[in-house]
Amino acid sequence: MTPVLQISGLNKSFGGLRAVSDVEFTVREGSVKALIGPNGAGKTTLFNLISGVLAPDSGSVLFDGKPLHRLRPHQIAAEGVARTFQHIRLFPKMTAAENIMIGRHTHSRAGFIPAMLNLPWTWKEERQVREKALEIMEFLGISEFAGTEATSLAYGQQRIVELGRALACGPRLLLLDEPAAGLNMRETSEMADLIIRVKNLGITVLIVEHDMSLVMNISDEVVVLSYGKKIADDVPLAIQKNREVIRVYLGEEDA
Amino acid sequence: MSGHKYLQTVLFAASVIAIQLATFFTGTGHYLTQLTMSGYYSLVIIGLCLLIGYAGQISIGHAGFFAIGGYTTAFLTTYDLSSVKAGAVAGLLSKTGMLVTREDLYGGQALSLHPWAACLFAIAITVVIAYLIGGPVLKLKGHYLAMATLGFGTIVYKIVLGSEKFGAADGISDVPGFLLLPGLEVSGKPSMRVMNYYISWGLVIAGVMLLLNLVHSRVGRALRAIHGAEDAAGAMGIDTAKFKLKASIIKSVRYVAIVAIGGMANLWGSLIMGFILNFLSLRGYFGTYDDAVFGAILIAIMLFAPEGLLRRELFKDVRAFFSGKKPREGRQ
Repeated sequence: MTPVLQISGLNKSFGGLRAVSDVEFTVREGSVKALIGPNGAGKTTLFNLISGVLAPDSGSVLFDGKPLHRLRPHQIAAEGVARTFQHIRLFPKMTAAENIMIGRHTHSRAGFIPAMLNLPWTWKEERQVREKALEIMEFLGISEFAGTEATSLAYGQQRIVELGRALACGPRLLLLDEPAAGLNMRETSEMADLIIRVKNLGITVLIVEHDMSLVMNISDEVVVLSYGKKIADDVPLAIQKNREVIRVYLGEEDA
Repeated sequence: MSGHKYLQTVLFAASVIAIQLATFFTGTGHYLTQLTMSGYYSLVIIGLCLLIGYAGQISIGHAGFFAIGGYTTAFLTTYDLSSVKAGAVAGLLSKTGMLVTREDLYGGQALSLHPWAACLFAIAITVVIAYLIGGPVLKLKGHYLAMATLGFGTIVYKIVLGSEKFGAADGISDVPGFLLLPGLEVSGKPSMRVMNYYISWGLVIAGVMLLLNLVHSRVGRALRAIHGAEDAAGAMGIDTAKFKLKASIIKSVRYVAIVAIGGMANLWGSLIMGFILNFLSLRGYFGTYDDAVFGAILIAIMLFAPEGLLRRELFKDVRAFFSGKKPREGRQ
């Protein structure tokens, strides 16, 4: 199968620290790939490199063969790569529905002047944006919160709204940064179900996650980072048996 | 939501009419001059609201842009071009019908730019300056942005004050009337007070409507998103730099800001407060203490009610200040 995302020779240093060091892997179209590793392994840095928040020192990120590593975050979003954040970054003082409507930004076009004049085609566009947002909320089972201020929702619900906002971008590749962080067991299993449903829509998912049961349940492949380097890239069962992976997670076997 | 928005605008228009009728029946028609000017200042307030509240950008220099637009128009429509009539530029202007002959203060003939041409030129020059200043200055944040814009406002003020051509402290007088439509003219004539009043506040109402539309649009949403979480807005495909710059150029968008920060109440709140204070100041109620009064009000608001005065939670904030408790966290 064709890789939708191809990362090669990627490097990023902060001062003397090599946060990401010669990392390369691919993500197959329509698959769920997990990115795991101990704290400080460079997972979030890698996410920030893919989504354009950071620029790599060297190496390339190809999305569908097209280089992303010189684009700015909003251009990458427009290419069809959406993301969520490890620390929830919902827009305050906006309802859950409005937050998700923001995700439709690149799919609508009303600019300053048409918006001020409230031209008829902008009404139609607004209605479509709202309908799409409500449709996504329905899909995620959070319709009842449409009119609630997003940041006043329970933590688990906020995570789902953030997922909805990213889905509203209509992505081909979805980057999820620790979507289960701070969730209890029930909420984590609900999140796993949602991610599978997203995958079934044909959306490719790259996920950073610490919850191993979630990772092993939903991933088709797992790539493991340690100190910025890739140490394994395989199917979940093989990863669980990989000695190097066990060593970085649990320490030396005979120590 | 949008029904609400139209109701508020209708109520606003009704108050404008009520005030004019009140001055008519109480024989205080001379107040209309200051009421008219308050209307024009309100237009500036609208723009500031957009910038500060919506895009989260503090600008203390907006009076500077207001001055550039106003002075450019006034200067071009009063500057006598008779002496340079033969010049290439004047000749070109004359051929395109952009020059008008009129009687000057002393009964002589003066040749100057047509008010509409002057107005378009003023808009162009203000946008160009806003673009040139906005590019670098909007990269600054917080106090630094405030200081830079304050500096810009002060520079404009000092240039005007020090230039004989701009009338120094007295300003430019004898500015010709500005014909909007046949029969609809903005002018300094006392006999046209009622018309001037309605033109001024008609423009404010139009400005409010444009801004309310903007608030409830894709653009307003994007601006609120930038204000709330800039990194997330970028990740959702919003070109944050472009939107911030555009918001700073479109002056009339100012109302949007207040609306975002504290809901509808704050948009109308700033309009009402702006109107009352401007009117009292223009009527001379504060005498020579004008600046001191505004300064004191500013300090009091910063201390007691940083989110605005006309709100329900105001008393809570004042109590919190005096009881030494921390201010409410919410709404940041």
